[in-house]
Amino acid sequence: MTPDQQRSALVQRADAIFRDQSLAAVGEWKARTGGLAVGFLPIYVPRELLHAQGVLPVGLMGGRPDLEIIKGDAYYQSYICHLPRSTIELGLNGSYDALDGIVFPAICDVIRNLSGMWQMLFPRVLVHYLDVPQNFDPAIGGAFYRRDLEGLAEALAARGARRLTDDNLRQSIALYNEDRRLVRELYALRRREPWKVPTAELYVVLRAGLLLPVEESTPLFAEYLALAAADASRRPQDQARVLVAGSFCEQPPLGLIKTLERAGCYIVDDDFVQVHRFLRSDIPTDGDPLQRLVEAFLTDAVASPTRYIGDGVKGADLERRLAESGAEGVLFCAPSFCDPALLDQPMAARAAERAGIPWTAFKYAENSAQFQVIREQAGTFADSIKLWSGA
Amino acid sequence: MSPAPTTPTPAQKDSSQVRQKEMIARHFDRLADAPGTGARSAYTFVPGNLTELLLSFDVLPVLPEINALQSAMRGKTAEYIAMAEKLGHSEDVCTYVKSDVGMMKSGNVGPTGQRLPSPDLLLLSYTGCFTFMKWFELLREEYHCPVAMLHVPYQADGRITDAMRAYVVEQLRTEVIPKLEAITGRAYDEDRLKALLAQSARAEDDLVWVLQSARHVPSPIDAYFGAVYYVGPIFSAFRGTEDAVHYYRELREEIEERIRLGKGPVTPDGEMDRERFRVVVEGPPNWTSFRQFWKMFADEGAVAVASTYSKVGGVYDLGFRHDPDHPLETLAEYCLGCYTNLNLPTRIDLLTRYLSEYLADGFLINSVKSCNSFSAGQLHILREVEARSGRPGGFIESDLVDPRYFSAANIKNRLESYFQMLDQKRLGAAS
Ligand code: SF4
Ligand code: SF4
Repeated sequence: MTPDQQRSALVQRADAIFRDQSLAAVGEWKARTGGLAVGFLPIYVPRELLHAQGVLPVGLMGGRPDLEIIKGDAYYQSYICHLPRSTIELGLNGSYDALDGIVFPAICDVIRNLSGMWQMLFPRVLVHYLDVPQNFDPAIGGAFYRRDLEGLAEALAARGARRLTDDNLRQSIALYNEDRRLVRELYALRRREPWKVPTAELYVVLRAGLLLPVEESTPLFAEYLALAAADASRRPQDQARVLVAGSFCEQPPLGLIKTLERAGCYIVDDDFVQVHRFLRSDIPTDGDPLQRLVEAFLTDAVASPTRYIGDGVKGADLERRLAESGAEGVLFCAPSFCDPALLDQPMAARAAERAGIPWTAFKYAENSAQFQVIREQAGTFADSIKLWSGA
Repeated sequence: MSPAPTTPTPAQKDSSQVRQKEMIARHFDRLADAPGTGARSAYTFVPGNLTELLLSFDVLPVLPEINALQSAMRGKTAEYIAMAEKLGHSEDVCTYVKSDVGMMKSGNVGPTGQRLPSPDLLLLSYTGCFTFMKWFELLREEYHCPVAMLHVPYQADGRITDAMRAYVVEQLRTEVIPKLEAITGRAYDEDRLKALLAQSARAEDDLVWVLQSARHVPSPIDAYFGAVYYVGPIFSAFRGTEDAVHYYRELREEIEERIRLGKGPVTPDGEMDRERFRVVVEGPPNWTSFRQFWKMFADEGAVAVASTYSKVGGVYDLGFRHDPDHPLETLAEYCLGCYTNLNLPTRIDLLTRYLSEYLADGFLINSVKSCNSFSAGQLHILREVEARSGRPGGFIESDLVDPRYFSAANIKNRLESYFQMLDQKRLGAAS
């Protein structure tokens, strides 16, 4: 096989994993290992902790556009985002039967309330609300978060997972450091040579990585990185470099990402599947490993709209990302009715303006099927950037 | 969310109403005079408010949620919201935020027509709602004043743990109190705080008595529309004050008298003479058409005998009282216990309990577009409460302060059919 064929075979493999909403890969892993599998909703959970207890962390990000919502709509009014209804649908239709529990991170009121619904609808599985701190003092928010993680570890052990030990946790941290390092490299390659790493492809690989054990996601990322970097057949085109912001929870349909690329955009930074990049750097593997996880969350996480930016300057992180990625424009691309993304947007837009970067905004739902309007909007935006940069 | 309109709607004015009006007028006078007197003010939220702590520093509380609902009652919010949307705020987000932004951009004139001072502190009590955080991030960009963040964990498993309490207390000690000391130049005075908390508990006793008076048949109060006036002082700037103690004592006496006379609640059209339906209501009211909405109930002889909205600033009827002997711990406990900080199973239990304790015929959910904290999960609540209580639920949709989402004809139709259904059920049961 040529490198090009190898790459497309890899992407196809990833796509098959990503497409399978019934989590067959998870079922197979459980059959093979006898371990527990625990899902988690966006954006971030410390997967190292689960892994160290022999638990497979499974990233859940709602439903794909082809998921038929039969029961989920009966749980949500029209003015609530789409992710919780597809999540309920997948729970009720048995797709999540392989999961022994779900962790609901505290990122918004919808996910928060969904945790209570899950307790009632699926009383046999573990429901853990990960109440991440908004106080970043290690002695206060850190202590609270540590207690929360210890509670999660105890709850997992009570369900049959092995007990958390420092050694195991250190090993898991090292594995996830490598996993995240490769994703950082992929993003760096895309920044340098975006034509080599089309986002529609990268996205599928990252989504597959959510469903695989880290022992398999890391080689997948490494292989994709090597193949993408080596591919000389893909040549630069006259596209506008854009940063896509706001899609950190409910994900846009793959068709929308393709649409943006076809409309003349190189996506050089984004918020998609953010768990892979939620921490910016490696977690040290020395010292007390649980404390290292806590510290990483407190001091090294991205400035997500779901996180209180205390003394820092709101929007400074976006400005930094714009500078680092060399983006020439921002596409604010948020799910309809997504409070954290949409409430943040006016502040983020001001940050883009401070940086002298043009922006445009549109919304989607994970099941959107028509992209014509967005295609035109993104196309016009990309054209105006190219015109400007060429002037 | 958050109750407390300042203009009593009912035609007859009891002396408690007159008192409340005077309290509010004095408060807004103090706020208007603040630039001259040098009084400090803090903007903060109703759920998880720390009024006693603010008052112990002589800091005047300003509650943007209440300003927003007041603006709605004065017909201002359409314009404010349009202004905010023009500035880039999404049509999808909470309209309290947009109304507040619009009000600020229009000169920050408050409900009494007086200008509100800019905040010396944004006291971001993150209790029961994620939007609060974004709201004050937005305001911080405008006011450039310090923010004290108080993160209150969620009662995800239906209980308050020691770790949660300790987390909140530590933040009070290290974040909130030092910032109050900094803006006032005064030291934290625990004795003063304790004295205020003792007064809170007295007022809370009487408030609970008032709300529970709706167990009488006929109910002497409306515990949803009427209750927004009753909870006003305690949910806003007055908890802990002597004024609040007097207000609730007086209110209680007035209601005792109503019970003695066998009177029903006061409605926008005067006293209700025949109570036909007793309902429990979940969710905040609509404020842009508040009287019209209330009348839709009153015209049918429907009385709200219990509501969850009257618990957003504290679920006192479950037994919590501020405890002056443990001042910071009690404030923490208070913040943790507000209604929207309760998980869905607890909310369902509470509603089911209200239905039986208040001898209600059924329950209604007013689901507001603005508020994911309240609304996400309400259809599940509807089915669960129906199943557990065996009593029918109704579901209506509107918004808090955006008049575009109050469709009067639609809501009236739904309510009429709901009450008809209750009637038929009753006839069926009697035959
Ligand atoms: S899409 Fe936004 S509002 Fe919906 S669950 Fe995710 S973060 Fe919450
Ligand atoms: S979302 Fe709900 S609780 Fe939060 S500020 Fe708006 S109305 Fe209040």
